[in-house]
Amino acid sequence: MIGSPIFGTMSAIDLKVNGKIHSVDVDPATPLLYVLSDDLALNGPKFGCGLAQCGACTVLLNGKAVPSCILPVQSVEGAEITTLEGIGTIEKPHPLQQAFIEEQAAQCGFCVNGIVMTAKAFLDNNPKATEQELRLAMSGVLCRCFTHTRMMRAINRVREARIKEAAAK
Amino acid sequence: MSKQLQVEQKSKLTEDAALALGRAGFSRRSFVAGAGALIVNFSIGGMLQTAAAQEKPERKLRPGDGNSPGSPPWEVLDSWIAIGADGGVIAYAGKAEIGQGQWTVLTQLVAEELCVPFGRVKLIACDTALCPDQGITTGSTSSPTNFNQKNLAQAAATAREALEELASKQLDVPADQLVAIDGVISAKDNPSKKVGYGELVGGRKFEIKLNPKAKRRPASEWTVLGKPVPRPDLPAMVTGQFEFVHNVRLPGMLHGQVVRPPAVGATVVSVVEGSVEGMPGLVKVVVRKNFVGVVAEKPWQAIQAANKLKVTWSAGTGLPSHAEFYNYLRTQQPTRDTLLVDSKDVDEKLGQAVTTVKATYHYPNQMHGSMGSSCAVADVRGGKATLYSPTQGVWPMRSTSSMLLGLKPEDVHVIFKRGAGCYGLNGADSVTYDAALLSQAAGKPVRVQLSRKDEMAWGENYGFAFVIDEHAGLDRSGNIVAWNHESWSAVLGGRPGYANPGNVITGALAGFSPQPFQPRTAPDPEEYTNLANDVPSYVAGIVGGKAYGSGTVKSGRSLTHLIPSPLFTGPLRGPGRLQNTFAHESFMDELAARAKADPVEFRLRHLSDPRLVAVIKEAAGLANWQSRPSPKPKKNGTGVVTGRGFACIAYEGDNGWAAMAIDIEVNRDNGRVVVKRIFFSNDCGPISNPDGLLNQIEGGALQAMSRAMGEEVTWDKEKVTSVDWASYRTLPLGFTVPEIKVKSINRPDKNATGAGEIAVTTVAAAIGNAIFDATGVRIRQVPFTPERVKAALASPSRS
Repeated sequence: MIGSPIFGTMSAIDLKVNGKIHSVDVDPATPLLYVLSDDLALNGPKFGCGLAQCGACTVLLNGKAVPSCILPVQSVEGAEITTLEGIGTIEKPHPLQQAFIEEQAAQCGFCVNGIVMTAKAFLDNNPKATEQELRLAMSGVLCRCFTHTRMMRAINRVREARIKEAAAK
Repeated sequence: MSKQLQVEQKSKLTEDAALALGRAGFSRRSFVAGAGALIVNFSIGGMLQTAAAQEKPERKLRPGDGNSPGSPPWEVLDSWIAIGADGGVIAYAGKAEIGQGQWTVLTQLVAEELCVPFGRVKLIACDTALCPDQGITTGSTSSPTNFNQKNLAQAAATAREALEELASKQLDVPADQLVAIDGVISAKDNPSKKVGYGELVGGRKFEIKLNPKAKRRPASEWTVLGKPVPRPDLPAMVTGQFEFVHNVRLPGMLHGQVVRPPAVGATVVSVVEGSVEGMPGLVKVVVRKNFVGVVAEKPWQAIQAANKLKVTWSAGTGLPSHAEFYNYLRTQQPTRDTLLVDSKDVDEKLGQAVTTVKATYHYPNQMHGSMGSSCAVADVRGGKATLYSPTQGVWPMRSTSSMLLGLKPEDVHVIFKRGAGCYGLNGADSVTYDAALLSQAAGKPVRVQLSRKDEMAWGENYGFAFVIDEHAGLDRSGNIVAWNHESWSAVLGGRPGYANPGNVITGALAGFSPQPFQPRTAPDPEEYTNLANDVPSYVAGIVGGKAYGSGTVKSGRSLTHLIPSPLFTGPLRGPGRLQNTFAHESFMDELAARAKADPVEFRLRHLSDPRLVAVIKEAAGLANWQSRPSPKPKKNGTGVVTGRGFACIAYEGDNGWAAMAIDIEVNRDNGRVVVKRIFFSNDCGPISNPDGLLNQIEGGALQAMSRAMGEEVTWDKEKVTSVDWASYRTLPLGFTVPEIKVKSINRPDKNATGAGEIAVTTVAAAIGNAIFDATGVRIRQVPFTPERVKAALASPSRS
């Protein structure tokens, strides 16, 4: 999964993605997204706009949701990078992923990465968030199939479950 | 009584039908050149009877629906179904999955007809090396095509009967004494006498033809169809394992980036290759007429090189003023005119009417605006091409890309790979040409993903802008006596079909002309078509003495004018149907208000189609609709007011029925409209997957709401200026999503109709009508931005 050797003004960069260190040899100004999709062959983060306007490229950087399409790769060296692949698998999905499957919350599925990763970062950092706060947090991500009803229902399920869990402790 | 005839399409296809087909997304060449016959309903009997009330055994096959030369032939069973030695079923189909769950229901369909579990069917679709040509996945035709016609469903039924016959011989039990369950055929009275599909035919071909009389499984016995089967692709999608076309990675693959003109109509004067010489990873600069692109080792390198490449362009050809565009649409000459219906007495009846009402509606160009900008991967080497493409028509793409590449169609292999939801003609075909041209020049596999700006300004074909005039007369009792509809819209290009690569931007840049514009005066309609819903639902639609429409108003005329568009246009969810429905249903509301009638009651009074009547009643019931005229009794002029609106459609006349009621709030101070509740009822024949259908309805309703509230393509004197999500507004995930209540009428005994576009068509009119109900102000132009609503409230006379 390590990037192939290439030419030009490259430099070796160590990236910690989904718990593993990857050494890549790239132009340090390359936005992180291209390194994740091209050099590391990850399918989760996606190029939607390249302008940090739609959320499709969202990854977690030390637990915070960031748009990987505009982040130069050199600026994230050493940080903990998590992608959609890193939070769960088909066999062991993350509760958010599980909720999306149960609610059948997708159509074309291209936006799902941005929605799930944004929701994960927000719920992790705001375990007692209200529905209104959640909605505000989701106002920077887009879904053009407008699967909004199901996606918000799926995320709210996880939000409510966490609040219940916390109350039970 | 009706009987089916097969006729040569050429002899039956009128210009009206041709135009309607063009609107529906088919190029002229595609149906002139297309093989196959058109199935038409031929009615016998002279009674004046509405077509909608007749039993329609088959929906018309549209030209361009496929079966082109080289395709596995439709009439051969092995083109559709293969059974493995393990009893696994492979089904081949030609309809793409564009995010709507189509492949899930096609898999259900095959499982149902073949009596095997859902999980035992593997669907392979849209690969020119394997799958039959089913034309383009468009126009809400995928379900009708494979559920009603002699395609996948009939193939699966033929296969089941063939297997039963084989089993009958092997088990020595008469076929009618056998039962097929879970891929095993056994004697009804002795279950131990049994044989599996794999044993009967596994790994071998059937070598028989499709039997048009093979018995389909009745809906009353369905065990897989009709159930909310979950989408099998979702677990991979939500865990980042799913492979979109964006994730196709070939050995030695390079990355391309296109350089589009700075202005519409600008042409290449010179390209200075030296301007990028020595850039890291650069492999090649490619120029073909006005198509310019670069190829590099890495995507980021390609972007850098494309930004730096020095290209001198001629001045553009200029664009008409955006602010004056509706006037431009109305005044350009010459036009291409079509009469969909003309009872010849409209002017006379309008002259005799007690009251007449006139209104003009405006609908802007809008974008598909796919979430992911379009992407394709091409490998063009040694006179052969393999294209990984999100195109909605792999066989048409094989044909047009072979023209573009100068190859034989049989040397082009097109493999459909899923892209971001397209909703019509987004940049999928254009970017496939981009990748093909760059790969051919570089001699290596090339991946291209358009930039956001190139997708929005230089990738897709925009949805149509319309100006629509409505004029109707009422009698003393407030009943409509005549309805005149006239519209103006502009077209350029469209789906490439099998022969027009110039219908999309890259093909045109590379030197192919878009299909030519042919002006004409309107001939009298010879047969009735309402594919673009030009004819209002309330008009009887009389052609040749017979009424084909869904309404009771006998005096009606529907005249459309087309002009050449300055920007590329193409089908976008509900093409024409949405714009016309916005006008018809807003106007119906205006007529109801003039007649001081309740909008729902007024609609029902003018309808003859029982399926449309049924969905209207369901939607009104869901909304707990109280009978009263609009607007609501007047209140003070500030603060938040509430209102309700209604709209309905017989989609394309007979491809689905729907009605919608909407509750909204309008803030009179800032013009903000918030949709609070949506009540929707539809009838699309038998429901093959209730949850998939609901997903389509919810998404369609909200997408149309976004279009109605804020979406509009904008431009300056030379170029498009809506180029990203800041300049083209879409409602984000966090907006206040209205409550959506749906009642879908299941009609297991009817043919399947389209369902993917129907919810989209009713929303703009329902919101406009609700704004009128809340405020007494009629807004006749989409989108209903706060600025527009506020301005209309401030000066109602100008709205």
